[in-house]
Amino acid sequence: MRSDGSQSAPLGLKIAATCGLLFLHLPILLIFVYAFTTEEKSFVWPPPGLTTQWFAVTWNRPDVWQALSLSVRVAAISTAIALVLGTLCSAAVSRTKFFGRETISLLVILPIALPGIITGIALRSAFSLADIPFSFWTIVLGHATFCVVVVYNNAVARFRRTSGSMIEASMDLGADGFQTFRHVVLPNIATALLAGGMLAFALSFDEVIVTTFTAGQQQTLPIWMLEELIRPRQRPVTNVVAMVVMLVTLLPILAAYYLTRDGDQIAGSGK
Amino acid sequence: MTSAVSFQKASRHFGSVRAVDAVDLDIAPGEFFAMLGPSGSGKTTCLRLIAGFEQPTSGSISIFGERAEGVPPYRRNVNTVFQDYALFPHLNVLDNVAYGLMVKGVGKAERHKAAEEALSLVRLPGYGARRPGQLSGGQRQRVALARALVNQPKVLLLDEPLGALDLKLRENMQEELKSLQKALGITFVFVTHDQGEALSMADRVAVFNDGKIMQIGTPEDIYQRPKTRFVADFVGSSNVLPPDFVQRYSGQHRWGSLRPESIRVGRAASGVTSGEGVSARLVSTNYLGATTKLALDADGLRLHAIAPAGTALPAEGEAVVLTFNREHLHLMDEPA
Repeated sequence: MRSDGSQSAPLGLKIAATCGLLFLHLPILLIFVYAFTTEEKSFVWPPPGLTTQWFAVTWNRPDVWQALSLSVRVAAISTAIALVLGTLCSAAVSRTKFFGRETISLLVILPIALPGIITGIALRSAFSLADIPFSFWTIVLGHATFCVVVVYNNAVARFRRTSGSMIEASMDLGADGFQTFRHVVLPNIATALLAGGMLAFALSFDEVIVTTFTAGQQQTLPIWMLEELIRPRQRPVTNVVAMVVMLVTLLPILAAYYLTRDGDQIAGSGK
Repeated sequence: MTSAVSFQKASRHFGSVRAVDAVDLDIAPGEFFAMLGPSGSGKTTCLRLIAGFEQPTSGSISIFGERAEGVPPYRRNVNTVFQDYALFPHLNVLDNVAYGLMVKGVGKAERHKAAEEALSLVRLPGYGARRPGQLSGGQRQRVALARALVNQPKVLLLDEPLGALDLKLRENMQEELKSLQKALGITFVFVTHDQGEALSMADRVAVFNDGKIMQIGTPEDIYQRPKTRFVADFVGSSNVLPPDFVQRYSGQHRWGSLRPESIRVGRAASGVTSGEGVSARLVSTNYLGATTKLALDADGLRLHAIAPAGTALPAEGEAVVLTFNREHLHLMDEPA
């Protein structure tokens, strides 16, 4: 039996759906609540009292700012590298046929299929073999391995859907390679790159495993959080940071969602 | 006079595949030229050689006297209407049409004016603000045409431009393309696998098979005087007659062709058997509206005849006598 739009779902289904959603989202709400608790040594339910003092405490903690800044910079640079390399690679793989194309495609995708711990160990031993000291760039390198994959996957999917003769049409009408890229290729893959870039940024921002192997003594935000959880002082600071990060990242993700959705409609209707 | 497009022993091989093989071709300025052939016969590769998307592996190509080898597509004064139209989905119709002028650095007001004129030329004035996705197939086709014409090319290439349209629209577009070509005086090179389209639109037709040109000539030449069995068969499904059969009627031991409409079908009983006729059996009739197509079996030789509507026809399975005017029997060059 097919249900049409006007018919409402049976009660059992509604309850199940509500329970599912609560199961997914209640823990997140708990994090929000604990950001306001007066108990700082452990998380007790219900909170003994509510306070906003942790916001001020967080604001004045330099280690929070350092970790946040490192994470943002790493994610930004990794995403930028991934955008350039991922786009070039996907263009090569989807636009031309050459010997070893499938192999390259597989090698590019591999880092996201490999467990992070293997990527991490491999990078760490490579760094120590080559005598490269841990630095900002070793973290970036580690993150770029999987950031490239998401950009690549998004761009390849979009290239596959855009008609190849469009590029020929542009050349035919007098545009050289650069003009074609600027006026035809880029506008057509822009939303895919935006979506891929945001995903890459998010992946890099909360990455723990590869980072532990490539960061040395530096603390990115997720690593800072992990360390903070074992310390019995000012625990709600972690929650405050988590809450702010979540709210700040929600906006661009929503924006990307709406942008790429419209983009898909345009690309789809052009067929 | 310089040819608009000239091929001298031009070949394009992809590994062992000879997509275009030593083709010689001269297209006159202002000509409506059709390249006709089955899929994989090399006609589209020829078009891409002119556009510059492919480079010849040997031989040479010139466009209005200028050598074209090594010249990229964007430096050739040649524009293409693509089979799938290849409109840019992110631009509206006006910017699609103005694209060629935009990349040349023409100012916005000027190029929009030129694009508007091109749209009127293809009878789509006022459609500029729409997106390609909002247009029908026939309208997209016209936009693609306007976009190619706005650059005022010396040669316009059309790659099966009517293939995706329905029959009625296709017939309208055929007439329109023809009159547009007359009005603009631009050389049109047109690729198609539809022999009816090629015959009705082109000034001259080149019939392609296996990367080679089988015959070049006016539609009448191609239709009435095919040089090879392939041409006779591909252009308008002529009856191909084996040398032994032809010898009985013309005295020459050569392959022949006979148009289905040249064959008259009479009842065997009616007494026309004067030794002239070929006795045969009517296998089936196929009603086509204005005509009826008859499938015949003349002692193992399969023949087709076309009878105009309203002719009294023998019943299927009946014995018949076929007669034809001997001058309609065309002898082909192909060796027996």
